[in-house]
Formats: sequence, C-alpha cells, structure tokens
Amino acid sequence: MSTGRFAVPYRKLGMLMQIFDLATSDQAFIAEVEARSHQNIRTCYQCGNCTAGCPYTFAYDYSVSQIMRLIQTGQKDAVLKSRALWLCGSCQSCTTRCPNMIDVAQVMDVCRHMAREAGYATERAVKVFADSFLASVERHGRAYELGLMAAYMTRSGRVFTDVDLAPQVLMRGKLPFKPHPIQGREQVARIFERFRKGGQNA
Amino acid sequence: MLKIAYYPGCSGQGTSLEYDSSTRAVCRALDIELMDIPDWSCCGSTPAHTVNHVLSSALSARNLAQVEGMGMDKVMTPCPSCLTNLRTAAHKMEDQEFRAKSNALLDVPCKNTVNAQSVLQVLAENVDPELIKSKVVKPLTGIRIACYYGCIMNRPPELMRFDHHENPMAMDNLMTAIGAEVVPFPLKVECCGASYGIPRGDIVARLSGKLLDAGRDVGADAFVTACPLCQMNLDLRQGQINHALRENFRIPVFYYTQLLGYALGLDRAELGFEKLCVDPRLALGKIKQPAQAR
Repeated sequence: MSTGRFAVPYRKLGMLMQIFDLATSDQAFIAEVEARSHQNIRTCYQCGNCTAGCPYTFAYDYSVSQIMRLIQTGQKDAVLKSRALWLCGSCQSCTTRCPNMIDVAQVMDVCRHMAREAGYATERAVKVFADSFLASVERHGRAYELGLMAAYMTRSGRVFTDVDLAPQVLMRGKLPFKPHPIQGREQVARIFERFRKGGQNA
Repeated sequence: MLKIAYYPGCSGQGTSLEYDSSTRAVCRALDIELMDIPDWSCCGSTPAHTVNHVLSSALSARNLAQVEGMGMDKVMTPCPSCLTNLRTAAHKMEDQEFRAKSNALLDVPCKNTVNAQSVLQVLAENVDPELIKSKVVKPLTGIRIACYYGCIMNRPPELMRFDHHENPMAMDNLMTAIGAEVVPFPLKVECCGASYGIPRGDIVARLSGKLLDAGRDVGADAFVTACPLCQMNLDLRQGQINHALRENFRIPVFYYTQLLGYALGLDRAELGFEKLCVDPRLALGKIKQPAQAR
C-alpha cells in the first residue's frame, strides 16, 4: 500500500487492506500445523528474511512471512485457501535463511497437505499436474513423461500446453513413446493403495 | 576402483538422457564403477512431498531398501530432486514412529542404513582433482562459464551436508580444473521455477529469465548445471522465455558432466551435445585448440 494512497482516510483502509479478526483465532489449527511440521511457529518474529529471499513472492497472494503470521494468528481459512501454498517451489531459501531455524518450507508443505485434505486447490493446474505425475508413477512404477503430459492436458483441459516444445523434444528422442515398465510396479502401486487406505498423517 | 550404487532417476531415461549417459561415461573414465539399483522406481519427486510426507518417504525408501539388498550403504544420483527425496526420507526415518509408518506402505521394509549423495559430491570428495587434471586431453581454455547449482543441491545445509549453501564451489572447481574460465555468477542457488513449467509457465519464464539475464551480464558463453529440471527450464524453455520476456537469449546450457567428458576426450556419442536445444557449437567454438592455447 504505497505511493499515492496517503490521502486515503483510515476508515477506508479496510477496502485496501485485508483485516483479520484475531478473536476468530483457531487454536486447533495452530497446534495441528505445529505438530505436523514439528516446527515452533511462535518463534517467528516477522523479520521478513524468508520473504526477502523467496523468488515466488511476485506470484503469491500472501508472502511467505504473511503466511507465517496468519498461522500464528490462527487464520485457518485464509491460509488453506491461499494460492501461495500451491506456488511454493520448495526451493528451501526460506528454511536456509530463517534466523530462528524454522523449517519454513516444511510449514508451507504441511499447510498444502492440509489444504488438499480440506478439498481446497486454489491453483488448480498445479494440483492437476501433481496428481497426473503421481498417477503415472502409480501405474508404471516410474514417471512416464509423455503419458503424464497427456493426462495433464486431459484433466486440466489445457490441451495446448507446451505443444510448441513437442518438435524439439521428439526430434531429439527425449520423450520415449513407451513407458519403461519395471518389475516392481505392483509394489509401487501397493504403496499408493496402502496410503489411501491408511490415510497416513505425518 | 570405487564401486557405488547408482540411482539414475526417471528423467535420465527421457528429458535428460544426455546427463545420464555423460555421467556414466565420466565415471567410467575416472574409475568409478556404477552399480545400477535393480528395478529402481520413481522417488515421487516434488509432487509426492507436496501431497504427503509418509507417501513421499515410502516411494524413496523402496529404493533405499533395494540398495540395502545390494549389501551397500551408499548410493549416488545425478538428480538433485531425487537426492533431496532420498535424503529427506532417510532423515525423517530416523524417527522410529515415522519409519514404522513409512515401512507400513512397503513390501520390503527399509532399515535406513543408506547414505545418499550426489554424483557431484562423489566427484568432488572422492576423486583427486590432480587425477582429473592429468586426464584432460582437451582443456577448455577460452570458454567462459557460469556454474548454476540450482536451489536444492546444497539446501537446506543441515539436510544436504555438502558444499556451501549460498556459494557452492564444487562445479566451479571442476570446471577450473579442466581449464575453463569460471565467471563469478551471483545466482548460483536461486530457483529456476522448478516444476511449474507446465502448470505455470509464466513463473518459469520470469525466474529462469532472471538467471539467463544475469548470465549474460557476467559475460558467460554458457551455463553448466547439475539438475535435469534446471537444465530443461533454461535450455528447452529458452525459446518460450525469449517470447515471454521479448528477449533474445541464446546461451547453451550444459550438464557439467558433458563438459567434463569433453575435456577428458570421451566419445562424443555418449556426451550427447546434439540433445541440447540451444545450439552449443558457438560456445564450444570458443575453446582454443591446444596448439593455440600454449
């Protein structure tokens, strides 16, 4: 909220700035994030180092330090519905540079798990890509790039994704037309089956 | 001769064929015998850990258990994404409760006795630089190189335990040893946009574009990388990046093993320069022939 907005009266600030009611703080949410990430969220003092180093801030709705603050204040809905969770690339810059040794990328990962479990996917294409990738691994035991692209295009409806690259990769023999099935692919499929049955949380 | 278990990773059979084949060639030339993990499977890569950590761990642990079955306690992989998953799984499995959950998904439980390292780490720590220098037949004199490590090869340091997390030097040292001029590159560990090329190409264009821009600024003739995903974003997507940013980059992006193999005079068919999308011939042409170099 910078240039040119100094003249805005305080009572109108609410239109420009999202305001969260701390009275709605969800304590169970805070506890769950802490337990599942094994991190002490309370030690974040909002220095902003994570956000300063995060290459994805330009694409986020909330910066990573804002996500941390939203978790501290128990704003479950805002966190789980944020697009930032889905756009975090797990590049580990935040984790590496946090002065309080918080594994911030792990916190983002855990919140993304919780968003999935709650049925949110505010960057749907990212979720569809991950699902297509894992479906490919479940079926073949290894990631099969051509098959996963086809599945992604079908599920996302984005049928022209990267078609401009197709001649380049096909000409160079970089996308085999057949998967490399492995003997243990049923063992891999069973990992997924047991996972779905057990509903493992960790 | 050093014998070591080898996990090629899925991309080594597709989009990074040349990384796998040049890695194998370089290791052979340096007396490292690679023992492929029998019937290895995918580590789950980024998608698995964004869904659930136990699932991600189990997908990696199946492979660690295969290494245990080989009677070995160390495995190396060229791919930083595989490496992160293998190391993360091993780290999380130090917690007995977590290991039990992960093993509950597996046919063959993992005892968690295997240490995973990158091929780069093995070359940096187990091969004498003087040996490499002595085997160079085509020094890379005259080419200016930016070494790009990618975001997760060294980070977080508590997990990866290799090189420096802000200013890694392993590839710089290797490139210097084979005679290349390494330019100071400030974005060594900055993220390229990772696996968002397909769902959010705009993000990759911006982040990889920043890397290419910095490479041009420091006068690099070429990039070298150690990551299949970084290489794909910078090389295969360079045309998309140019289109999105109205730029005109034409910077070839090598795997460090390709240039290492070139200097060691290995078979060009195994090095796979023809697999690169941005034509590397202009950059390779800058290498002075030994007679001129003297």
